[in-house]
Parts: sequence; C-alpha cells; structure tokens
Amino acid sequence: MVQSVESVIKKHPFFAEMPEKHLEFIAGCAKNVAFPELHAIFHEGDPANEFYFIREGLVAVELVIPHRGATTIQTVSEGEILGWSWASPPYRWHFGARTLQRTRALLFDAKCLRTKCDYDHDLGYELLSRFMGVISARLDATRLQLLDIYGRDN
Amino acid sequence: MGEIIEAEFAERTATDPMVPELFRIDRLKRETEDTFTLELVPVNQDVKISFLPGQFNMLYVFGVGEVAISISGNPALTSHLEHTTRRVGVVTKAMGLLKVGDTIGVRGPFGNHWPVAEEDGRDFVVVAGGIGLAPLRPVLYHLMAQRERYRNIVLLYGARSPEEILYKRELERWRGKFDLEVQVTVDRGSSGWRGNVGVVTPLVARAPFNPSNTVALICGPEIMMRFAAMELQKRGVPPERTFLSMERNMKCALGYCGHCQYGPTFVCKDGPVFRLDRIASIFGKGEI
Repeated sequence: MVQSVESVIKKHPFFAEMPEKHLEFIAGCAKNVAFPELHAIFHEGDPANEFYFIREGLVAVELVIPHRGATTIQTVSEGEILGWSWASPPYRWHFGARTLQRTRALLFDAKCLRTKCDYDHDLGYELLSRFMGVISARLDATRLQLLDIYGRDN
Repeated sequence: MGEIIEAEFAERTATDPMVPELFRIDRLKRETEDTFTLELVPVNQDVKISFLPGQFNMLYVFGVGEVAISISGNPALTSHLEHTTRRVGVVTKAMGLLKVGDTIGVRGPFGNHWPVAEEDGRDFVVVAGGIGLAPLRPVLYHLMAQRERYRNIVLLYGARSPEEILYKRELERWRGKFDLEVQVTVDRGSSGWRGNVGVVTPLVARAPFNPSNTVALICGPEIMMRFAAMELQKRGVPPERTFLSMERNMKCALGYCGHCQYGPTFVCKDGPVFRLDRIASIFGKGEI
C-alpha cells in the first residue's frame, strides 16, 4: 500500500504531537527517495541541505581516515533520522553516508526548512527540540562506544 | 580403610556444596581471540547434570583457584556442562591453558534463574552485551525449545567488533529461523562488516515487541545494562518485567562469605538474576 508523505510523517514518533500546520509544511518539504546498495548519499564536506528519515534499509555514517579509508562510525536504520549538519553553520556534512543495503527514505529539504524556521520560531523550536533528542541519544551512544565497555577491563 | 575414606568423600561430595565434583574437559572450543567454551563431563558417572537458565557454577582450576562462571549450555542436555569464559584473571587465564582430558573441579549449580517458566504468552526481548550473551544462551535454548509457548522473541546483541561476536554459527542459524528476530551490532566495524555499527541499546527502540506484554532479560557490562533498562522503560516495558544478571566477586556461592554483597542482598544466593524494580534504589549507584 502506498502511503502519502504526510501520513508517513504523522505516524513517526519524531513528529509526535507536532501541530498540524507545521506537519503540513514539513510534509511539503519532503519527498520519497530510494538508493541502491553501496550508494553514497552524501560526502563529508559537501553542503548539508537535507536530512533523511530512513524508512527501510541500513546506512553507514562514515569518516574517511587517511591510509584506512572510509570507516563506519555508526549505522542508521529503519525509523531513524540521518543528518543534522544542516541545522548549524557552516551547513556542511561532518561525515559521509553510504547505504549498506537497498534503502528507502524520506528526504527533507532542509534549506527550505531552515529559511522557514528563521521566520517561524515556533516551527524552529518544534523541529530543533526534536533534533536535540536525536543528538542527545547519539551522544549517549557515542560515549558508550568510547568507553569500550566490552573490553578486557570491563 | 581406603575404601571407607573414598566412600566418606563421595558422601560428602554429594551433600556438601563446598566440595567440588571432578569433571573432565571433553571438548574445548575457541570462540574468539580471548574467549573459549569448555564442555565438561563428570568423572563420576553417577553425577547428574541439571541446571536452570541463568545459574552459575564455581569452577576450580586445581592449584590456582576457583571462579564463578555462568552455565552457557542447553539446559535440556544432561550429558555435559558448557561454560564460556574469557581469559581475563589469574584463574581464567590458567583455565585457558587446560586441554581436552584435563580435570577441573565443579561446585554448583548456584543462584536463581531467568523467569521463563511462568511467562507463557509473553514477548521476550533478550539484550546481551559482549560475553553477557553466555548466561543468556541457556534461556535462548529454552525459548526455542518451547517456542509455541511464547510470542515474539527478540535477541539484541552488541559486541566489540565482528571478530568478537560469540556463538557466530548459532546466531546465524537462529537468524535464519523465521520465528526469532536476531539483531547484532558492533562498536567498531571492520572493512568486511556490512551490519549494524553502534552500541546495542538504541536497537531497543525499533525492535519488534509489544512493550505491554514483554519480559526483558539483560546481561552485559553494568553500564550497558543501565542504558538498556532505560531504553526498555522508554519503550514501556515495566521494571517488574525487566530482569538483569548482576556480577560481583563471588567466592563461596552460598551467601556465607559476603564477598558478593550487593546492597542488602548477596548476588550468589539472591541473584545473579534480579528484577529491576527490586534493585532500582541501588542499581547504578557507584558506592554499592
């Protein structure tokens, strides 16, 4: 069954309890996209003018390390948000993203949302407070990764 | 005279939980670079093997010392015991040098068990980190053997790297079944790894289970268990249906020596499995 972008957005916990008018606007900035396996969605350093809601598949967030090549920092999968570099200057991707499986996603035009948020602070608050939740969860996860909790000393 | 002493020893062994029983190493399997599984058979064939998922034995490397190790085998098999451990301390390093045919002392089984018998019709979500998968393996065997009694069964497993994933073949086999969801993630991916990268706890958010009808079982490093418990609570799994296997310095395994005191409890006899709501006031407290 084909679902409209709006109905997909409304069902996702990320947008839970967001006022209808904002949802309508956000849905207007979104479109369905699909990527084949091992497709580079964006590269580190490129302009960050979108973010993604992964509907299906698996995406590696990568950093290129000299002499080691692309190294996966984390993976993002179904139901998760990919990308927040669009929300703060210089609006360039801090990491790259590459699909590990065939992936379907909603692409949000962040440039359009950013401009709108400059004028509509209510929308800006609603959106950025939700991204704060995502960023905070990723920070917790990263801290646990840094602790090397499965190492010999733990 | 000698026969009398032997008979007395046999009687003491049968009744005294402080006296180890002799077991022979029947098989030795290297799981990862520093982790191995021992398959043990009793030297005395009259010794019966019986345990419940979640219990542990005290394994005695003669001349070195004794250490508490969870039982990691299938509880339905009475032919041998399985113990998976990592070479990390003096005793386990010595244990890692033993060979097939060597003998080892075994006391046990001790401790309580994972609550599976009384939870028919529930979803089960099993969250394991690192070697914490070993104490959960018997419960997975049980859940699979009694599959029709339960609803969704989900295993979420986090390891340090793809090379340090325990029981790889079994995980692949379980994943291949259509009635068990297995999700594995590693902290550090290698070049050939095409699976999840990241800690295990975020997997809870999107795992397929009904929180209002779920029993959660967690085992791994304590910090991982804290974050896993938080994620499960966020999903709506109540603390009274969330269970953790705690680890402390167990020595006597009978609650006599006090080495494994955990707040008002002893991990060896009151645990190692604890219901989250019953330890909520002390869980995660650095001083305890």
